[in-house]
Formats: sequence, structure tokens, C-alpha cells
Amino acid sequence: MKIYVIPLLLIFGFFINTEEDNTSIIYTPITQEKDLQQSIKDGNAIYSDFCIRCHLAKGEGIDDIYPPLADSNWLSEKRKESIKSVKYGLNGEIEVNGKTYNNNMSSMGLTDREVADVMNYIMNNFGNEKRELEQVTLDEVSNISED
Amino acid sequence: MNIKAFSLLLFCVGFLACAQEDTTIETLENDYSHEVIIDNIDIAWGMDFFKDGSFLVTSKDGQLFYHKNGNTSKVADVPNVYNRGQGGLLDVKIHPEYPDKPWIYLTHASTQVDEEGGHTALVRAEFKDGQVSNMKTLYKAGPNTTKGQHFGSRLEFDKDGYLFMSIGERGAREVNPQDITRDGGKIYRFNEDGSIPEDNPFYMLENSKKAIYSYGHRNPQGMEIHPETGEIWVHEHGPRGGDEINIIKKGANYGWPIISYGINYNGTEFTDNTTMAGMEQPFYYWVPSIAPSGMTFVTSDKYPELKGNLLAGSLKFQYLEHVAFNDNGVQKREKLLDKIGRIRSVEQSPDGFIYVGVEGIGVVKMLPKS
Repeated sequence: MKIYVIPLLLIFGFFINTEEDNTSIIYTPITQEKDLQQSIKDGNAIYSDFCIRCHLAKGEGIDDIYPPLADSNWLSEKRKESIKSVKYGLNGEIEVNGKTYNNNMSSMGLTDREVADVMNYIMNNFGNEKRELEQVTLDEVSNISED
Repeated sequence: MNIKAFSLLLFCVGFLACAQEDTTIETLENDYSHEVIIDNIDIAWGMDFFKDGSFLVTSKDGQLFYHKNGNTSKVADVPNVYNRGQGGLLDVKIHPEYPDKPWIYLTHASTQVDEEGGHTALVRAEFKDGQVSNMKTLYKAGPNTTKGQHFGSRLEFDKDGYLFMSIGERGAREVNPQDITRDGGKIYRFNEDGSIPEDNPFYMLENSKKAIYSYGHRNPQGMEIHPETGEIWVHEHGPRGGDEINIIKKGANYGWPIISYGINYNGTEFTDNTTMAGMEQPFYYWVPSIAPSGMTFVTSDKYPELKGNLLAGSLKFQYLEHVAFNDNGVQKREKLLDKIGRIRSVEQSPDGFIYVGVEGIGVVKMLPKS
């Protein structure tokens, strides 16, 4: 059995060598999205660090001051704006679950990966899970710009 | 329903109602009006005035601005600012003997040294004719972490010319605040050149952080010298409930997280104790939390109804809190500039007006009532 492996390795080695010699090949990096459950778990830690003080432990927010994230229509109807607000901050009037809020949330300085994770945590907790929202990916966050 | 169950229900309803309702603060019938002085700084984190009425103001994202005769200009981009979560460019303080000693001091969350993350740093620079030069880091706390919480930080000079600085416990309450060999959760004391006074309380202890003056703090974001007694007063954020006003004593332990009047954000308890031998009690504690930031004592005659009292910004409830107190403690609390926005900083100018840093606006001047 072992004896067969050696020629096999030699063959592979030959192919690898030829490819290294050929400098004209362009590689495209393969982006592998994080497993949703892992993303939710990592997002929980980000939430406890950056969000919980204002939006509170169950995403309930504070009446008239900090909008709720719990069972929030913003997450499904304003998906892009939601992600953008976590990435860049949000200033001014918004309407959430039929109530108006006018406040200032500064940018938290999160990486795009962290933005995706905390969005996945919020979208799969606080009663938002019944909305069955699609997973937020790193690509999706990276493609959102400030303007 | 039996009586036991009914009283339990009543208790629960009462508890829930108390959880967010602030029952000891009053709202003014005629609130103060204000004038916007600077309208384009997202988070005016710290301010300090020169004797001529011009002032410096920090922007959390790393810029230092100078305001004079109605004009605001950027005078520095502070390097190595870690603008993440509660971190960024924080306080600014002008040397009390300016211009003889032409120094300004800044604190910021800093990425300095080759570890991922950040921790709080103290910086000194020269300020002359609207120009900043010779910027130098005097102290850098460590180790860096990527946590976004509890950098502090405020600066204040006492009457003897010592510089006090606060640093929060960096979201590591089990590790930092009670350990004097580690940075964070402390009030520090320095000489004006950044050297450490040899009579600091833990200076002689092996492995100690020698700049520590008091410990057991959570996240102090207000610090001011009392205009008459010369004591250093600090307020600090509690968890859910349990924000505190503390009067700083040399070598004292303020108890975090062994004793606290607060609970975890998720409603669970982390300590049964509110008092313990060897630990200081606060001068006042807030339940519910107001999330205090910025502090000043009013000495001006422009607001006679506030004179001698304390002002503190509330980030959470978005007003300026007027705290009337005497030797027996806090006597009365009032909301000023109610619903103006998240208040980050408050200072009294040399000509006696109250200036307030409001998130999303910039800097406003609170107008006297007469």
C-alpha cells in the first residue's frame, strides 16, 4: 500500500512544480462564509461589548430614545440600512415598528466580519428569528458603502 | 388567587416599574434654551478653556479643534487613535499655568505597541499661536485588547499641580480593577512632565503600576476639582444601575466589582454586597443609571439657581443633570436641556457660561434665564 503512495506524490509534485513555474496563472481567492451558528455565537460577544448598553439585553431598547431591535420591522424592510447603520453609524429620524426615533449612533469601528456577525446575532434572536432572514455575509457588508 | 401570589405579582410589577423609572429627578417647567456654537463635530468628547475664552475641543474620531472668536479650526490629527466602541480621542486639559507653561494634555484610546487592540494613553503637546507641536506620549496603559469598552478617560489638575487621569477597566472587571499590578479601573496621578510622584500610594510596592492613586473603579468619564475644598470628584458608569459619584482619596479602593449598587445588563446579579470594610462608599449612586459623562461645578453668577452645585451629562436619557448637594449628600436632582441629545461633555467658560458637548450636534452654550 505504502509503496503506491510514493509515485503518486511524485506525480503531484511534478504538477505543483510546473504550476509554480508558470507565472501567468492568476488565482482568485476563495471566500468561505462563516457557518451561521458560529457567526451568531461570535455576534453575541460583539453585542455584549458594543450594543447592549443602549439596546439592552433583549433588544428592547428604551421608549422614545433607543429604538428596539426586538421583533423589528427595520431588519426585514430596511436590511441594507440596518447593516449600513452598524457599519457607519446613523443620525436622524427613523421609524421603527410604527414609532419615530431621532437620535445619534456613532460608528463603532467594527470590522466588516464583526458587522456581519452581530447582524446575524440580532436577526436570529429577540423574536426576529420568525422573520427567517437570510444570513448576512462578509461580502454583503463589504459591498455597502457610506454614500 | 391567594394573597401570597397576589403580593408577589404586586412586587414584580413594582420592581419592573422601578427598573427604568427615575423617580427622584425633577423636570423644569421652563427649561433653559441654548445656542449652537459648533455644529459639525459628531462627538465633542472633551473641552477646555483658555483664560481669553477661546477653547480646545476633541472629536472622538481623532481630531483636535480650536475655537476662537467664532471660528473653529482643526489644529491636530492625533496619531495612533483607536476609534472603536467607546474608544477614540477622549479628554483635553490645558495646563493651569498656561501660557507660562504652554502645555496641553490629551487622553486617547491608543493602538501603540505591537499588540492588536488598544488601551488608554496620556499625551502632552505644546500649544502656541494656534499651533500644536512636540506631541509626546507620557503614559500608555496595557495590555491592548480589542474590547470596545471602558477606556475612561478624564483629566484634571489639583491645587498642588499634580495631574490626575482616569482609565476604565477595559471590560475586564474580574481581572483589572482590584489588581494594582495591572492597568485599568484606576485613577492615576502624575507630575506635569509625566513622571510619577514618589509619594504615590503604591510607589514602593513591587510590580505595582506606580502611577495608581486609587483603584476599584469601573469607567470614570467625569472628573473635576471641587472649587472650594480642592478635592478631586469623579463620577463613573455603573453596570445596570449603580453609577457613582466618588471623592478621590489617596490609596483608596472604590470596590468595583466586589461591591456595587448595580446588576448585570441581562438582569442577573454579580454581587450581593453594596458595602464592605476597606472599600469606599460613593458620595451618591444613581439607580437607574443615567450613563454620566462630563462634569463641572458651577461657580458662575450667570446661573444663580445652579451656583455651588454639580452638573453631569446623561448619555442615556439625553439631558444635563443638575445635582444640588450639601455636606449631607445630594438634596435635589433636575433635568436641564431635556431631550437635547446624548451629552458627552460639560465645562464652564472663564466668563461664566456653561458649554455642553452634544453627540450629533457639536458644542452648545446654555443660555441663562434672566
